[in-house]
Amino acid sequence: MNWRSAQAIFNHEMARFFRTVWQSLASPVLSTVLYFVVFGAAIGGRIQSVEGVPYGAFIVPGLMMLTVLQQSVSNASFGIYFPKFSGTIYELLVAPTGWIEVTLGFVGAAAAKAVLIALVILLTSFWFNGVHIAHPLWMLAFLVLTALGFSLLGFIIGLWAKSFEQLQIVPMMVITPLVFLGGAFYSASMLPPFWEAVAKLNPVLYLISGFRWSFFDLADVPVGTSLAAVGLMILVCMGAIRWIFLTGWRLRE
Amino acid sequence: MRPIIDIDHISKRYESGTVALNDVSLQIESGEILALLGPNGAGKTTLISIICGLVVPTDGTVRVGGHDIRSDWRAARKLIGLVPQEIALEPFEKVIDCVRFTRGLYGEPPDEAYLESLLRSLALWDKRDARTRELSGGMKRRVLIAKALSHRPKVLFLDEPTAGVDVALRREMWQVVRDLRAQGVTIILTTHYLEEAEDMADRIGVISRGQLLLVKPKAELMGEFGKKRLTIELYQPVTDLPPALAGRLERSENGMRLGYDYDTRAERTGIARLLAELAEHGIAVRDVATKQSSLEEIFISLVEEETA
Repeated sequence: MNWRSAQAIFNHEMARFFRTVWQSLASPVLSTVLYFVVFGAAIGGRIQSVEGVPYGAFIVPGLMMLTVLQQSVSNASFGIYFPKFSGTIYELLVAPTGWIEVTLGFVGAAAAKAVLIALVILLTSFWFNGVHIAHPLWMLAFLVLTALGFSLLGFIIGLWAKSFEQLQIVPMMVITPLVFLGGAFYSASMLPPFWEAVAKLNPVLYLISGFRWSFFDLADVPVGTSLAAVGLMILVCMGAIRWIFLTGWRLRE
Repeated sequence: MRPIIDIDHISKRYESGTVALNDVSLQIESGEILALLGPNGAGKTTLISIICGLVVPTDGTVRVGGHDIRSDWRAARKLIGLVPQEIALEPFEKVIDCVRFTRGLYGEPPDEAYLESLLRSLALWDKRDARTRELSGGMKRRVLIAKALSHRPKVLFLDEPTAGVDVALRREMWQVVRDLRAQGVTIILTTHYLEEAEDMADRIGVISRGQLLLVKPKAELMGEFGKKRLTIELYQPVTDLPPALAGRLERSENGMRLGYDYDTRAERTGIARLLAELAEHGIAVRDVATKQSSLEEIFISLVEEETA
């Protein structure tokens, strides 16, 4: 293992983030604050509580997940796509650096950025809603594991993409709908039985459910199932990335 | 002595059926400058890309410093630095950060003193905090060289290092390459500029249509394939050459000079006979001079021979 190369990639990616720190932080935080205002204050005033939790607080885990998923995918996909676009990818391919180091560097940085932004949103939500966290360590664990899982997915998208359009189409057409339909703003138990069953086919529901449990002790599905879902996602994505690097698909001629 | 690079029967065929390289074998000695010459699409960049790990060969093996590039790729790649043909740099990154990043990719610990000396040697130290997009084309190329040297490689590949670079900068780059060789770095460069190969290389390889036509020391190549031109200055201008000489000689416009091309490989050059014939026809010779034909002419004749 060439740990220094993983660290070099990680530092390089984080430096890009800090070069544009206000833009990187301000945009997701602002849009989340707008969600708090619209869904929490305006609509939340009419929905008193969901399973005993004030609606303004209930949506905090879902909003954090929405941001983590979007940020993880976009950071990781852009991180690896940009060197492909600019031609600097050759450096990674000729260096004595294996797929594990490259993945650790890019995915680690993408996940770190997403977690950082999520924590800023959490701080913001304290100011808006006074959220209480029942299991802080589990909350962090879910946050980090989810960020890793979706950063791995974003990394695959970045490796696959041949254009900026392709880079954006998966987050826009797949990730965002899955989050909105995965219980970010409601509990699956609020749905009619048929739609509740359909909602449980959505993998993002398991992540949001586990994450919400860490806040309020409330879950749509068992916590173990949520953990297994994110674990499975990480394993499947790691397998796909290993295959891409070892075969050189879309990387080497 | 074991060659630093041992290329053994390398071929590259694409799924489309295109053969980019066909059974190329080549040994490169430590400390030499090897120039690979060839027209566009000849296979020069493919060969370099295979050695560096960017392209996977269909057949054959390559060893760098005794390490197989596929089974022992980490050790092989540690010895290599690559300066690609296209300028590829992150536009918003500082020069010094670019170089630090590459050194890190190769697993080397930070060494600011070495990076300072490297940037100074490439006249980039004053620009260390500049963003790469602010640099001129020549400086960007030097940044690519600094990145490629950041981990102290034993072998440096320069793929068309002076493509699209003006004459003054080209000479500057050649000096950089000579300095590197003086430090013991083995250099393999591909070029279109025959002048570049002629000026710098110890050995020259000619590639055409995926085949390595030959690899020879530069002097030997020029001696073997070189034609020479004998220029004969006359005391009096000649208006019409005698028919016996007209086919062999080229008359200058003012008739004061005659040109005679001969093959240095031929058993007889025909110079003595020619001078005797000139004397027979009463043409008095004032002076003679010979000039070696350029590598460009050699290269064209080699590729033409191969394509004929």
